[in-house]
Amino acid sequence: MMDQQLISTSFTINRKEYKVSVAPWSSLLDVMRETLDLTGTKKGCDHGQCGACTVLINGKRVLSCLTLAVMKEGAEITTIEGIAEDGKLHPLQQAFIDHDAFQCGYCTPGQICSAIGMLQEGKAQSRAEVKELMSGNLCRCGANTNIIDAIMEIKEGAAHA
Amino acid sequence: MHNFRYKAATSVSDAVVEVNQSAEGQFVAGGTNVLDLMKYFVAKPEVLVDVNPLNSLPVVSEYKEGVRLSAFATNADTAYHPIIEKRYPLLSKAILAGASAQIRNMATNGGNLLQRTRCYYFYDVNTPCNKREPGTGCSAIRGYNRMMAIMGTSEHCIAVFPSDMCVALAALGAVVNTDGMQGKREIPFADFHRLPGDHPEKDNNLLAGELITGIDLPAEGFAEHYAYLKLRDRNSYAFALVSVAVVFRLDGDLISEARIALGGIAHKPWRVLDAELYLQGKSATVDHFAAAAEIILQGAKTFEFNSFKPELARRAIIRCCKMALSPDTQLPGAQPSA
Repeated sequence: MMDQQLISTSFTINRKEYKVSVAPWSSLLDVMRETLDLTGTKKGCDHGQCGACTVLINGKRVLSCLTLAVMKEGAEITTIEGIAEDGKLHPLQQAFIDHDAFQCGYCTPGQICSAIGMLQEGKAQSRAEVKELMSGNLCRCGANTNIIDAIMEIKEGAAHA
Repeated sequence: MHNFRYKAATSVSDAVVEVNQSAEGQFVAGGTNVLDLMKYFVAKPEVLVDVNPLNSLPVVSEYKEGVRLSAFATNADTAYHPIIEKRYPLLSKAILAGASAQIRNMATNGGNLLQRTRCYYFYDVNTPCNKREPGTGCSAIRGYNRMMAIMGTSEHCIAVFPSDMCVALAALGAVVNTDGMQGKREIPFADFHRLPGDHPEKDNNLLAGELITGIDLPAEGFAEHYAYLKLRDRNSYAFALVSVAVVFRLDGDLISEARIALGGIAHKPWRVLDAELYLQGKSATVDHFAAAAEIILQGAKTFEFNSFKPELARRAIIRCCKMALSPDTQLPGAQPSA
């Protein structure tokens, strides 16, 4: 085993600046959960197959398990902990509650961050397109129908606003 | 994951030198495949050279009569680029049929060409695999080979190349730009990936430490008549059992040019020029599409669990040819349309 190379890396998570010394092989997910105590983002498969670790980096939804922390110098990161404002739930959080869009809740932070990214991308028009563009987030409890219902409510609300 | 050194590249020559200094050096851009392989201990680079700082090209720029894609741009930025959507919609559709939205936001164009097979045995370090460990044998040939190749296999490897994007690039006749110790090269797409032969450990014809810098598309984008059809075990976020890219230029009812490329059936995107020549000058009918499919699939060799593939591919080719006649009817996710 080689000597551990620690690299000083700075980024912003939920509008707060962090400076960390990380090993090259530390994923952003592990740094957030294990070092920075930001455990809202979940580790599901750790292989990019389930979407539980989805966060927004510079506004784009990405997988924090397949992201090395050292490669995100200067990035602006948003996690599930950073989307409520002034103690008020983000509309998607409220919609997930209203539509019973989770059972165990483990995929929920990733689902919501992914849905925020998806709505910002603005590529999905129909329900079929929303389903297609949310396929990177798996729900093993079977709440998918309600998840899509929740997202469609916010999407259609935004369309009519 | 094992321990490795990390280096952010400062220039193309710096990146190439850094990777060449170590026999176990690798580039990283999006990281969606290489980091996954490292977590499974399939890839164990001594140094990982981050090429993202080299991303100075626009996502898409006009080049000669066609366009140049940046190798460092993400798959999503490429697929949704207005020029790609308008002039090369086949490429846009194929990219959007692959992976998930999150992965497309991370994965780069260069990395897409360099992704490794998803053969289960390649990923499982407890089983023999000639691609992962040359000379140990192929577990897939007598194993569970539902996903595996039916064309161009060898006694050493029956893995398939998993990309959707590359099936479109093959059909469009892209050119890969590289830079390395021997200088810059332009590699026609058909010559980029390899068949397994006696060296399944080699996926492509890049030289050691050679870096992809861009991908050129020729002027003709076939925006009038194109289709990408992907058949898989679930409707989204799965690798293809069979995928087909078809483009036509039509002169009235007659086909003046046809290109047909397949994914999911071989170690590289599969094109059979004889089938394309057969269609040239013929009317766009199901009978002619079926005859072209027969030509493409001549010599198919199946294994215990993938004997369904030639018939699936035959039907997919015919369906995709029909879809290409009216591209507007295509559904999201490259699913079959009527």
